[in-house]
Amino acid sequence: MLGNAKGTAHMVGPRNLTLPLTAEDVLSLKTGDIVLLNGPLVTGRDKVHKYLVEKRPQKADIPFEIAGSVLYHCGPIMRKTDTGFTVVAAGPTTSIRVEMYEAEVIRQYGLRGIMGKGGMGEQTLRAMQEAGCVYLHTIGGAAAYLADRIQRTIDVWKLEEFGTTEAMWRFEVESFPAIVTMDAHGNSMHKEIEQESFRRFSELLRSTQ
Amino acid sequence: MLKLRDGVVELYRKVATSLPPDVEEAVRAAGIQEAEGSAAASTLSVITENIRGARETFRPMCQDTGVPVFYVKVPVGLSHAELKSTILEATREATQKVPLRPNAVDVITEKNSGDNTGEGFPVIYFEETAAGTLTIDLMLKGAGSENAGQLYKLPLSEIGAQRDLEGVRRCVLDAVQKAQGKGCPPYIIGVGIGATKDQVTRLAKEQLMRKLTDSSKIAELAYLEQRLLGDINSLGVGPMGLGGRTTALGVKIGVNHRHPASYFVDVSIGCWAMRRGRLIW
Repeated sequence: MLGNAKGTAHMVGPRNLTLPLTAEDVLSLKTGDIVLLNGPLVTGRDKVHKYLVEKRPQKADIPFEIAGSVLYHCGPIMRKTDTGFTVVAAGPTTSIRVEMYEAEVIRQYGLRGIMGKGGMGEQTLRAMQEAGCVYLHTIGGAAAYLADRIQRTIDVWKLEEFGTTEAMWRFEVESFPAIVTMDAHGNSMHKEIEQESFRRFSELLRSTQ
Repeated sequence: MLKLRDGVVELYRKVATSLPPDVEEAVRAAGIQEAEGSAAASTLSVITENIRGARETFRPMCQDTGVPVFYVKVPVGLSHAELKSTILEATREATQKVPLRPNAVDVITEKNSGDNTGEGFPVIYFEETAAGTLTIDLMLKGAGSENAGQLYKLPLSEIGAQRDLEGVRRCVLDAVQKAQGKGCPPYIIGVGIGATKDQVTRLAKEQLMRKLTDSSKIAELAYLEQRLLGDINSLGVGPMGLGGRTTALGVKIGVNHRHPASYFVDVSIGCWAMRRGRLIW
């Protein structure tokens, strides 16, 4: 299925992972691995990251355990029902916007996975290597498809203050697909692809006709 | 104007939950181009499944229903102010009914208005037309791709861009190279060239309303659109930036006259989920 930077296939089936991830799980993952996530994860985007870094809430202030969690960069569309909330659409948002916060969030809160789209930078890559964390890339815009892989909404934090888009949701997912594009060993598919495309870009600038 | 309001709500629903046929076809065709078993092929197959699922269940294909942008062609005698108020009412209703994600955030208080209306939100452009019918075009463009756009002031020595179409070509390649996978490729690229910053950014985005099968009527630009598409697809960024042959589905260029001293180029990047639609009244 999903492959490496050159677009060639690994031809191995996806690996099922149970959440939360263990340190062993994380160390065994490598860039290019396709995974299916099963279990609870949390969401968080711009406001959650800023809050975690600026206000430094203690673990006791957060109504659920986020240590070991996958933090999904996602601002879902939610529909309020009589009994709670259901997820209408829940694809990833662009991860690089929280680059200035993520390394600290990983270290402070013991996250084992960051999920989003577009990849992240050097600071995050270093923090992932030091703390044992991976970046999981899922498919931007595939919000209906991905919402169908969220079984239920378990809990929510900061709903009143941040609103449905920016709150931290805790979701139970099943067979939620992603590809490891940054691993805990310092490898980044994004860096490789960017370097290769920059080489081609430079070539294209030389050929003016 | 109750009926028109309902029409605009349905336009929102259609645009948020289904792709125009030319874009859907281009995504499907791109999937066939990619190597079997590659990240690119697999990504495009999930995207195709998502497009179908969203349409069949009337759910937004992407959770980011964007900043709504309206291009309204108004027959002589119809009030722009009344049309604006109808569009705002329809926006509030569509946010509940479709539903759309509330995306309008007050810069000072950081409060989300909750209904996708606010200062300058949604964006509405009016133009008078001699035609007897009212035409409302709507684009829902997500912020991931909006953030990936770039404005250039030529000349720009870093990329050797002079004030000519070769310079424009360099700007577009630079913007895509920098965007990588951040704006959800395969992209549709709108380019605007002209005299002022405000004019070219609008012009570039308007190009995204053109069908993928459409070529510029100006031969030099039609050639550049084709050439850039080939160049961009040789970068290897690929669907979602995971590598592959399809980085863009189309390049559309629009021009205005420029000032002797100014040569602005805006590159507006649209994600694969290029949601646009039309209501004729």
